[in-house]
Amino acid sequence: MFLAVLIAVGVVSSIGAGLAAVLVVSEHFFANYGQCKITVNEERDFTIEGGKDLLSVLTGEKLFIPSACGGRGTCGLCKLKVLEGAGPLLPTEEPYLEKDERESNVRLACQVKVRQDLKIEIPKELLAIQEYTCKCTDIQDLTHDMKQFRFELIEPKTIDYIPGQYIQLLTPAYEKSSEEVYRAYSISSDPADKGAIELIIRLVPGGICTTYCFEYLKEGDQMKMNGPYGDFRLSETEAPIVFIAGGSGMAPIKCILHHMKNTDNQRKATYFFGANKVKELCLSDSMSQFESDLANFKYMPVVTSVEEGESWDGEKGLVTEAVERNLKEAEKCEAYLCGSPGMIDAAIKVLKKMGVTNDRIFYDKFE
Amino acid sequence: MNGTSQLSYAFVVFISAIFTQNILLSYFLGLCPFIGVSREIKAAFGLGLAVIFVMTSTSLLNWVAYHFVLEPLDLHFFRFIMFIIIIAAFVQFTEMVIERYSPTLYQRLGVFLPLITVNCAILGASLFMVIRDYTFLVTVGYGLGSGIGWFLAIIAMAGIRQRLSNERIPRGLQGPGITLIIAGLMALAFIGFTGVLQGN
Repeated sequence: MFLAVLIAVGVVSSIGAGLAAVLVVSEHFFANYGQCKITVNEERDFTIEGGKDLLSVLTGEKLFIPSACGGRGTCGLCKLKVLEGAGPLLPTEEPYLEKDERESNVRLACQVKVRQDLKIEIPKELLAIQEYTCKCTDIQDLTHDMKQFRFELIEPKTIDYIPGQYIQLLTPAYEKSSEEVYRAYSISSDPADKGAIELIIRLVPGGICTTYCFEYLKEGDQMKMNGPYGDFRLSETEAPIVFIAGGSGMAPIKCILHHMKNTDNQRKATYFFGANKVKELCLSDSMSQFESDLANFKYMPVVTSVEEGESWDGEKGLVTEAVERNLKEAEKCEAYLCGSPGMIDAAIKVLKKMGVTNDRIFYDKFE
Repeated sequence: MNGTSQLSYAFVVFISAIFTQNILLSYFLGLCPFIGVSREIKAAFGLGLAVIFVMTSTSLLNWVAYHFVLEPLDLHFFRFIMFIIIIAAFVQFTEMVIERYSPTLYQRLGVFLPLITVNCAILGASLFMVIRDYTFLVTVGYGLGSGIGWFLAIIAMAGIRQRLSNERIPRGLQGPGITLIIAGLMALAFIGFTGVLQGN
């Protein structure tokens, strides 16, 4: 009896162990891709252990590719050219790539697995992206749900960016989120101030990063961020400008205004800023300062509904309605929009109706 | 039985596993993925193919393990654990190989391959093969036939559900409700095949 039990246990364990051994051995042969060399822009190369996805390999090498979904293949931002060694296009990539992109070997970095030597091309501006360690030195309340955060850079000490670009802020794991997440925020500070950046953040109820910044982040805390990213920027033409923004869409516009002031830009510019209530307007002092510093700039705050007891003699209604009423010679203008997708879509509709062509509308959707 | 009659018996078992003894529609095994992944034909096709492959291979592996290890040692009662372990290891192994040699197929099968490990139709086929005392050759026919039968059933169901998606279905019956009713109707239809074949 005892022997029978012993045999039974022995047989089952040895079969289990045998199968496990087979798996370990086959993993060694099949899942081992060896050392792979990745050549970037035919300039630099590095060698890594194969088997991981390209996006995390590049992040490990401090080459930052924009990605909003964290490598799940749902945002389609981490596009780059893989010239050699990527293998066939995967079904998970197909929805995000246009025909001409497919023909020029554009792939999603998070879906390409490194199995052999790769040759990739990373756009020059992405190579400028670095990781920064910084310290939060000032937190200011702008409205009941918006705050302005100032971060002084510790390492590297300075940052160069084009006004209108954004950075990705790394939220550490904390009580309400067990993993680190990156979230993108536009830079709002003066680009001449290279040693620090400011962000305007609006509280998203339940948001991982905004909750952290509003409830946990204190002055003196260190954070990590990387950037700069994005191609939202002022053109170099002489066309009159119309800025349209709402909420934290204020950030990149404010940065562009600083830049216009620094370069003594004489372009005619009108800034429509939409808020639901009077108390949601912010930075009015800086805006009137810009009005006196810039030769041809006008700030036009628009309030949707004025509550009883509040005094408001400015523009009323939706920001798009104010644009329709006040913008002259719209067809000559270039429009720069920034804010929620709903506001941007509505603004594009109105602008087109007023004769602004598609190539003159630039926007940065906060999704 | 001599070689020829073995072969013809295997063929009969193969055909009957597809139609008269369909593992899904007469034994109702593997219902969970059948209901979960039959919303569209494309996904059903991928899962169905994976089931054919895994079912054929594992029933053969399990036949070997049963007749060469468990039976001589008189350990029949261990077959459940044995079969499950072998199926799990085999699926793992297949996943690794496919990922290495055909990334496209790997992406297409996606989550289905690991999901199959817990598909009871796979274990069911191995257990039936033991209960019915099939020989190795017959097991080949049986495993392949059962896989194809399951594949046919889920493709048919996906086709019907794709058409149903444009129909108005009473709220209480939407989703799994109507799917189970359809499965019942399909099973009734498959009973029509009974008697077509002799010898099972």
